[in-house]
Amino acid sequence: MTLAQILLFAEGDADGASGLTLELATKARTLADTVTAFAPAHGEAMAAELGAHGVSTVYALEGLGDGLVGVHAAAALAGHIEATSPDAVFFGQTTDGRDTAARLAVLADRPVSTNNVGAEVVDGGLVTEEPIFGGTQNIFTAYRASAPALAMFRPKSFEAEPSGGGAAAVESVAAVDPGEAGRATVTGRHAEERSGPQLDDAAVVVSGGRGLGQPEAYSMVDELAGLLGAASGASRAIVDAGWVPYAKQVGQTGKVVKPSVYIACGISGATQHLVGMKGSKNIVAINKDPEAPIFGVADLGIVGDVHKVMPALIEALKSR
Amino acid sequence: MKVVVCVKQIPDPAIPGELVPETGTLNRDDKLILDESDSYGVEMALQLAEAAGGGQVSLVSMAPRSETSGLRTALAMGADDAVLISDDALAGSDALGTAKVLGAAISELEADLVLAGVESSDGYTGTVPEMIAGVMGLPSITFAKQIEISDGVASVQRQTEAGYDQVECALPAVVSVTAGVVEPRYPSFKGIMAAKKKPVDSKDLAALGIDAAAVGVAGARQETVEVTDAPEREAGEIITDEGDAHANIVEFLTELKVI
Repeated sequence: MTLAQILLFAEGDADGASGLTLELATKARTLADTVTAFAPAHGEAMAAELGAHGVSTVYALEGLGDGLVGVHAAAALAGHIEATSPDAVFFGQTTDGRDTAARLAVLADRPVSTNNVGAEVVDGGLVTEEPIFGGTQNIFTAYRASAPALAMFRPKSFEAEPSGGGAAAVESVAAVDPGEAGRATVTGRHAEERSGPQLDDAAVVVSGGRGLGQPEAYSMVDELAGLLGAASGASRAIVDAGWVPYAKQVGQTGKVVKPSVYIACGISGATQHLVGMKGSKNIVAINKDPEAPIFGVADLGIVGDVHKVMPALIEALKSR
Repeated sequence: MKVVVCVKQIPDPAIPGELVPETGTLNRDDKLILDESDSYGVEMALQLAEAAGGGQVSLVSMAPRSETSGLRTALAMGADDAVLISDDALAGSDALGTAKVLGAAISELEADLVLAGVESSDGYTGTVPEMIAGVMGLPSITFAKQIEISDGVASVQRQTEAGYDQVECALPAVVSVTAGVVEPRYPSFKGIMAAKKKPVDSKDLAALGIDAAAVGVAGARQETVEVTDAPEREAGEIITDEGDAHANIVEFLTELKVI
């Protein structure tokens, strides 16, 4: 049994749709006869990719300008769902996805199901799956408020696969003035510089944590990552401490990664971190505490000092 | 300047959590403590009030059994007073129900700025601050990593997937603060003693004029249908380094054809 229509909150940029958006489109088309999308920006740029992943129509918001996405997208979405009656609205668990879903929840007075990694249709209603307690258990929740169900999904919960469809039709949706709530404006946009492979997509990820002892020691993580063609990541502890930027954070907050090899250096394996990396195919952990939870998920665990093991590993790789 | 900070009191994260079987919600029967995520909001509020040359920092919290231990921690850091909403009908409330309650309580305080952590450490939906703004009809800036207030305007660096956006907004507004943006101060002994005497205004749902059906498990309108154990990863090989464990990693990476 499937739903009639799922509306997807589509995010992307001038180059096309985000990976997460295409993952959700792929899942949505297995759950509904029709998948449509609402794009707060870049609707035209995403139409080809969205169509290729099963979306029939992209509703593109006009005139967002310098406004924040959440409040403006929600104001327009409230009317749009009234007019088009989707059975569910899917959001990615992103900054703008969360803002939009939260604002829409208030406007439409219905709950948002958050942090999901799975969804199915049971008896005509949406049931979502959320990992809890650091991913040791999964909780399945049926949405009991009236349609549309609002549901948010974590990145990498589904694989994006094209369905072979042509470009989606694009229809514009007029902006709706959210009043005083819409008065915040973006006055500048700053992108952090990146080098090497993207953390989300890298085949190998090397991450560092508090066990490195001091910020300077993170250079070992970068060096090891460089030798392996890997992306470098970090635990929340050292991001909070200001050693490395947030863009490197792997975990519940931060990036979800599923590389073929994940190397955790001086990371104890707090729940917050495990949730973001335990889907990796192979996990190597180096930590001096034999009781560290990271060893519970490691395929190869080295109980030892990162300041001894990492330099030796780096030397061994260099001399190959 | 009057700053209101939303504060969540949560079960100690160091103790394994469990669900209430009937509702599938988190068991909150034990003592609750200040969510570390909210200590950043409290610290930010104190710093902004100091930078403004003085001001009032008020806390708002919703918790079972009139729990105040987490509030006392935040008061000991330097907040001036607190409002605590506690009512049996609130058990099992979801993010929207929580936002309705906090929004109603904050509306009575005439705040210039409402601060909150981006997400709690136990529920981590990351939606409550934006919902509070929605309930109150206020603008909001989420995921703030830096806040400056000048002439009644907040200038905020908002974290994005790519980096950050500079966002400007005339007050009043709701701003959610990411963890790690400031260094939360440790309460001094003097602060801890002073906190015991600071006013905590306790309210129930009726005092806020909220219908019990709009909150709690009923208001959440979601039903737990199943809880399953996630498949565990098979235990791997654990080696104690005797000076040559790096060779095991090289061998492992070679087998996987990474090198």
